Order: sequence, then structure tokens, then C-alpha cells
Amino acid sequence: MSRPVRLWVFLVGAVLVAALYAWACFDLPSFGGDHHPYGDRAVRTALAQHTANAVSSVNFDQRAFDTLGEQTILFAAVLGTVVLLRQVRGERRTDPTPAPVADRVRWFGVLMLPVALVVGFYVVAHGPLSPGGGFQGGIVLATALHLLYIAADYRALERIRPVGLYEVGDAVGEAAYVVTGLAAVLAGSAFLANVVPHGTFNTLSSGGTVAVLNIAVGMEVACGIIVLLARFLDQAVEIEETAEETGAR
Amino acid sequence: MDEVLIAIAVVLVAAAATAAVFHRDPLRQSMVLSLLGLFLALLYTFVQAPDVALSQLAVGSAVTPLMILLTVRKVKRGPRSGSEDR
Repeated sequence: MSRPVRLWVFLVGAVLVAALYAWACFDLPSFGGDHHPYGDRAVRTALAQHTANAVSSVNFDQRAFDTLGEQTILFAAVLGTVVLLRQVRGERRTDPTPAPVADRVRWFGVLMLPVALVVGFYVVAHGPLSPGGGFQGGIVLATALHLLYIAADYRALERIRPVGLYEVGDAVGEAAYVVTGLAAVLAGSAFLANVVPHGTFNTLSSGGTVAVLNIAVGMEVACGIIVLLARFLDQAVEIEETAEETGAR
Repeated sequence: MDEVLIAIAVVLVAAAATAAVFHRDPLRQSMVLSLLGLFLALLYTFVQAPDVALSQLAVGSAVTPLMILLTVRKVKRGPRSGSEDR
């Protein structure tokens, strides 16, 4: 396709999208209004299912199937990264040499690591009750672990991070979500239906399957992000191409 | 009051996003992206979406810049030049 033709195709597409977008925007309810038909229904259902955080109720109960899709996207993305960033022929691993770390940075890491871990677990556990949940808490947990890389060095991180184990954790978290959904089918209901007793409102065990799926997502996200960053770190710190192979390519 | 906070956050988001586009150095860009993530998280908090704000804060201002930093480092290092790295 020549340059002017491409430009025209782009312009036609851009004008169409702009027109449709503007048209759609004029039909939107006005910003900050009082009329929220979907919100009212979602909150009513959340309260009926004893889930204090209506957003979690939508994510893990009313629209649990959508979340399965999102979780699978992350799972597939991590899997793709593992395959693409593996060590290939013509690359070798070099041991990273420890670098000096400023005392203040070291103390910051040592003090923040336990705090960040507790916050991560808190956010995962309180998903059905307060803002947050498996996804947010999982990422906090995964990034918290990397404070060790900042405070000490890469080898210290590698010692507490057996990547194989986290890869298993990633798969287990993903599988737990599907299994929870199938359990509802076995119990005689629909896939991912909230059939577990809902518990007392606003307690950690409330929400039925919301709490269970929340933990499954937390595990999948935490392990997935750790594996993802491990592959990036390996490439950035350890794996390097050997000169001969580079020349031969 | 809410409107003022939302307006300030929107302006900050627009400024940070524009700055991210105009920075050509990926290293600086990742820092600006991190700032953009923070401002977006503020905006989401002001429009009463704390769940989204938390996700944005975790992904947008921590994980994404970190992945960009690591990628830049890998690209800059090239073959057989990383002996002084940790």
C-alpha cells in the first residue's frame, strides 16, 4: 500500500471513529448525576449476597466470568513472556556481582519489606470488605518482594524466590478459579454461581465465593507478576549474548 | 470542593501524559509514566473509584516503569559488556 493510500485509509477510519465516539458521548448520562440504574441494582445484589464491597461483588460474583477472562489474559501474558524471554542458544548466564548499596537505601528496604508484605496480604484478604482485592493485593505482594533487590542484591532476591515454585503457584491460582466455578456446577447451579453460604455481613469470611475467588486471583496475580519480573530481571542482569554467536547471526 | 479536586487531577493527568509523549529518552519517560500513574490514581480516588485507583497505583506507577527500566538496561547492555553490573 502506498503512502497516500495509507494516509487516506487512516483519515477515513479516524473520522469515522471520532464521529461515532462523539455521537456515543452525547447519549451518556451527565457527569456526577443522581440517576444510576446499574449501580443501584449492583449494590442491592451485593448487599443480598452479604458482600460489603460492591465492586468485589460485581467482579467476583455478578460478573465472575468476566474476571476469569481477565485473569486468563494475565496468565497467558506471563506464559508468553516465559517462552519469549527464556535463555536460548548463544546466550549464557553470568553471576551478577554484588554492588555497594547506600546504608539509607538498605534500611529503607529492610523496614519497608515486612510492611509492604502485610499491606499486600491485608488488601487481598479484605477484598470482599474494602477497596482492593486479589489483583491489587497480589501486585503489592509481588512488588514488595523486589524491595530485597533494592536493599541487598539480585542474589538475595533469587534465594527467596524459587521461580519454579511461583510458576506452579500461578497455575494453581488460575486453576482454583475454574475449579471453584465447576464446584458450583456440581452443586447444581450455574458456572461460578455464588452457592457457598454468605456468612455474616462485613466479616472476613463473608461473601461466599467472593472471598474464595479473591484469594485465587491474589495467588495468581502475585505469582504471575513475580515470574514476569523474574524473566525481565534475568534478561537485564544475568543472561548475555556471547560475541561469537552475535557475529554469526 | 469535589469538582475542584477533580479538575486539578485532570489537569495534572493531561500535563503528565503530554510530558510522557514529548520525552524521547525511555529512562525519563518511565519516570514520567510513574508520575502519570500517581496522578491517575488521584483522579480515580476523587471520582470515588478507590478499587481502580489501587490497581492503577500498583500497575501504572510501579510494575510498568520497572519493566521499562529493565528493558532499557538489557538493550543498552548489549552483548558482552555487563561485567561491572550487579
